[in-house]
Amino acid sequence: MPAITIDGLRKNYKSLTALDGISLEVEKGELFAYLGPNGAGKTTTIRILTGMTRFEKGQCTINGFDIRTDENRAKAQYGLVSQAINLDQELSVKDNLLIHGLMYGMKMPDIKRKTEEMLDYVDMSDRLNSPVKALSGGLKRRLMIARALLHDPAILFLDEPTVGLDAAIRRRIWGLIKKIQANGTTVFLTTHYIEEAEFLADRVAFLDKGRVVTLDTPEKLMQNIGAWAIDRLTSHGMDTVYFKDRQTAQAFNMENAHQYTLRRVNLEDAFLAETGRKTESQQTKTNSGHTGHSSHSGQSSEHSGHTMHSSEHSGHSEHSGHSGHSTHSH
Amino acid sequence: MIRTIFAVYYREMLILRKRLTRQIPSWSVSPLLYLIAFGYAAGHSVQVEGHSYMAFLIPGLIAMSSMTQSFAIASDINIARFYWHIFEEFQAAPVSKTAYVTGEVLAGMTRALLSVSVIMILALVFRIDLHYNLAFLTGVLLNSFVFASLAVGLAMVVKSHADQALLNSFVITPMAFLGGTFFPVDRLPDWAGFILSFLPLTHASSAIRTACLNGKSDMGSWMILLVTGCVFFIIAISFVEKAKD
Repeated sequence: MPAITIDGLRKNYKSLTALDGISLEVEKGELFAYLGPNGAGKTTTIRILTGMTRFEKGQCTINGFDIRTDENRAKAQYGLVSQAINLDQELSVKDNLLIHGLMYGMKMPDIKRKTEEMLDYVDMSDRLNSPVKALSGGLKRRLMIARALLHDPAILFLDEPTVGLDAAIRRRIWGLIKKIQANGTTVFLTTHYIEEAEFLADRVAFLDKGRVVTLDTPEKLMQNIGAWAIDRLTSHGMDTVYFKDRQTAQAFNMENAHQYTLRRVNLEDAFLAETGRKTESQQTKTNSGHTGHSSHSGQSSEHSGHTMHSSEHSGHSEHSGHSGHSTHSH
Repeated sequence: MIRTIFAVYYREMLILRKRLTRQIPSWSVSPLLYLIAFGYAAGHSVQVEGHSYMAFLIPGLIAMSSMTQSFAIASDINIARFYWHIFEEFQAAPVSKTAYVTGEVLAGMTRALLSVSVIMILALVFRIDLHYNLAFLTGVLLNSFVFASLAVGLAMVVKSHADQALLNSFVITPMAFLGGTFFPVDRLPDWAGFILSFLPLTHASSAIRTACLNGKSDMGSWMILLVTGCVFFIIAISFVEKAKD
């Protein structure tokens, strides 16, 4: 039985469709990243799964419990770290954890024991009696994670857990998330930091305009577009050229007097390729009259990758000699 | 269920404890001003229903204060909803709607009892001798139950702090002055008395005043307050669902 099942989930805010028939499953023990631009529907999905937002159509189960018909048992299965800092700022660290434990029906000795255990887990044992308002942003996030884990949930929802934190603290939180997964907890992570998903996730779903546009492991998503990339400035702005191997990329760079920097393909490239696809196909019809994908024979094309300026190419190109598709104008 | 009710209630009490040194003076200021201005200065030689105006006024102030302070739980809920986002913790937790509303209503009633205690102390300072018996306590508890339940229900449907301020201006303030707090309602024309009989505070003032001045129970007012409170409580439970997006 999957830890999380979403089937045909649909949510409208008046005339705006926030989620348009989302279906996916998250396996037990998996670290699943839910990635999308702002407004794609990430937080809406988490809010629905955690019982904070109503939905029109579809079904969601948490460890087999339907979030609509078996709400309280479903809610007992997970912990939630919200995007907003939602701690009681006027209270101490200890009191915040105490209230959480009581809400989940824990007994006082268990709350006391788990409070010490969780604060130790997030390296905050010395902060037990500190007022929350005196904590830094990073400590507040760690406290929220400790609080979400206090009742030993099988699933942890993390909604943009590192937003607004500096790079060092963000990496510390990443380490903590990895540790949580290693302990067997299923983690459902939403983020718009793509490197966060790339570093942490077993599988990634790309969400765009309320739909899951692709779902796979980060490695496979990156392989789909190539292994090496060159970013370059053109008269249209910045674009990226992708290559299957380093030699082809270097050859391309030599042709261009080594003016570009070669880099490895990352998940952001895959994300932009996937979420830009629909726009490309629309441009195909409106700008150039091309339909479908154009294929180039690698070395015979202008360059051995491809770009995606709507005025040059419409649709994404697939180059047999190198890496497949992509291209985007930033 | 009991534990989750306690969680909601205990959280409000912890916050109240943090603010208590600021709250007690704020609970004292308005009643003290009313007692000085209306009771001591303006009504010094006035007799109402065979009692000094001061003795008549204090039960009204107790009714008013228990109403405003139990209703003030709505502001705390809204701060938790719109500012601190703590309400999301309750929404995401396995806390039933009934447990949540019960915890918040009990917190509102506790606030009301504390503010009433402050007025009782002021009455002692002004040497006004009143009956503080079980009938008095019943009247205060029922009144605070009505307005705490109303507060929780409305807090679930308002969309902003500004909406909450409007409710205070259009519902609570008029009721505070017209609900038999400062004058006997039966001195108004019949039509006005009829309209004011629909206000819960009118019955609360009557019940609390009857207990304070005569040491007697006002069963009719109790029943009206109990039924009104139960209706508001059930509505509040159904409105928790409305707080979802």
